[in-house]
Amino acid sequence: MTAELPPGLAIQKVDERIMTLNVGPQHPGSGHMRIIVQIDGDYIVACDPDPGYVHRGEEKMAEYRNYITNIPHLERPVIHDSCNVLYPYVLGVEELLGIEVPERAKYVRVICSELNRCIYTMYWLAIYGIFLGHSTMFMWPAGDRELLIDLMEKISGARVTHAHFVPGGVRNDLPPNFEEVCLRQVNYFEKRIKEYAAVFYDNPILISRTRDTGVLSREDAIRLGTTGSVLRASGVDYDLRQKEPYDVYEELDVHSNVMKEGDSYARSKVPWLDMMESCNIIRQALQKMPKSGSVRVKLKPNPKGKGLDSVYKRVESGRGSLGCHIVSDGKVEPYRLKLSVGSFRNLIALPYLLKGEKLGNMPSVYWSLNYWPVEADR
Amino acid sequence: MSSDTEAKTETKPAAKPAAKPAAKPAAKPAAKPAAKPAAKPVELPAFEKSISDKVVEKFGDKVEVEFVKENRVGIKAKREDVHDVAEFIRDGLNYDHVESVSGVDYPQDKEIEVVYHIGSYSDSSLAKQILVLSTRAQREENPLPGKDATKLPSLRDIFYSVEFHEREVFEMFGVYFNGHPDNRRLLLPEDWADLPPLRKDFAIKGR
Repeated sequence: MTAELPPGLAIQKVDERIMTLNVGPQHPGSGHMRIIVQIDGDYIVACDPDPGYVHRGEEKMAEYRNYITNIPHLERPVIHDSCNVLYPYVLGVEELLGIEVPERAKYVRVICSELNRCIYTMYWLAIYGIFLGHSTMFMWPAGDRELLIDLMEKISGARVTHAHFVPGGVRNDLPPNFEEVCLRQVNYFEKRIKEYAAVFYDNPILISRTRDTGVLSREDAIRLGTTGSVLRASGVDYDLRQKEPYDVYEELDVHSNVMKEGDSYARSKVPWLDMMESCNIIRQALQKMPKSGSVRVKLKPNPKGKGLDSVYKRVESGRGSLGCHIVSDGKVEPYRLKLSVGSFRNLIALPYLLKGEKLGNMPSVYWSLNYWPVEADR
Repeated sequence: MSSDTEAKTETKPAAKPAAKPAAKPAAKPAAKPAAKPAAKPVELPAFEKSISDKVVEKFGDKVEVEFVKENRVGIKAKREDVHDVAEFIRDGLNYDHVESVSGVDYPQDKEIEVVYHIGSYSDSSLAKQILVLSTRAQREENPLPGKDATKLPSLRDIFYSVEFHEREVFEMFGVYFNGHPDNRRLLLPEDWADLPPLRKDFAIKGR
């Protein structure tokens, strides 16, 4: 009887001291997922994440659409980071079809991808701020990300969900005068985010709440297979833009931010440092980009792969490594498409980190995993 | 991409209306990729070849090298050997985590393939590499997830990071992992009573 009931509802024999709490799926402290926590007084003794409330079957849908019509729906898992979500898919399709991309298009992609990384991270930071009850940190990032959203709107015509990357390049060339506007906005943006240190990252209240909570050691970060900022906050220097450079990252000077502590504070600081690195990359890319030239190789209609073939491409997204495994059987649709996303990979660390934490620390630990429920569910 | 000869073979079996759009652009890109097939038969990348050689040396006929590409090595193992192969990959080759586990359904072969993408953080020479370990489980026409013959050994005791990935493959394809400590649903609703949804015979309405 008890085995048939869903988790969280099953009657379990537990110690009288232990209480089971369902945090979410509507709770503002959980995002679109449920976290089943068992507490003893104020301390968490066990935690069971239950994602899937925003599962949309992206992978199934992809099997019914051809390689071009897959573009708009595949970026839905993270609309703020849509260029980075599409990136591995586009790279994979290019390898399947054997397309060489023009040089200028590669630079445009890098710029878009870095802008998107900042847009996503600002949104994440805003929510992290409000999770900790720091409403200034909600208002500032939410406002400052508009600077970059304006840039993306100039490039692609859409504020979010740009659908700008296509196999063979990007959809449109940059608008006239873009370089100047971009440089100005990015410089101002960088100046703004540096001011966050005084109000947020050097704030003694924040530090006392997040230091030494949810500590993930270097060995465990590797063993659990975490990725992105979670991994780098635990002292593992692994950034795919450096380790497996795609497009033109090889020609740019990319510095990866690593912290040794592995606590919530380090995990929340690494994405912020990454944004400054993104500003550096954008400036370099603007300088090195060929000033003119084609940005797209036109494909024949309904492109298809060459028989049974499979590729696995990965990029560094705002939440870590994002892989796309495409199996093609020579038809116009992918035979199977699998997105391996950073959020899903980092989720495994949540029960591990929350054990023994105070319940009040749950929001800060949870959101410091740089977790995006919609992406994890796909 | 498609050279002229390839384009022709493609269009032949296709229905007539499809032949038109395929034939037109084939003329244009023919010039560019013409250089590619000529450059392709270069020998396999050396470092990747050495990895696959080590696996073959250890297991001989039990494994099959599926492909050796730049930064990617594909190894196929039978379901009874996959656990040993994975153990060797961890202890002998220094791979330490699984990035992704995907299931691929092949109804015509009556098999479901499970593909592990294995990477390494601790060995910097392997930072670029992904080892693609695949194995196949028997597929049942009327699946009873967990209770039929669609079973594979779990790699969770070797790579801790597969825990949630294998749970996802179990609910989406009905492949039960023997030895997995927590074979519950993850993303699907608890009362899901239909076929495992990523199998090919689960059709989307209207398609």
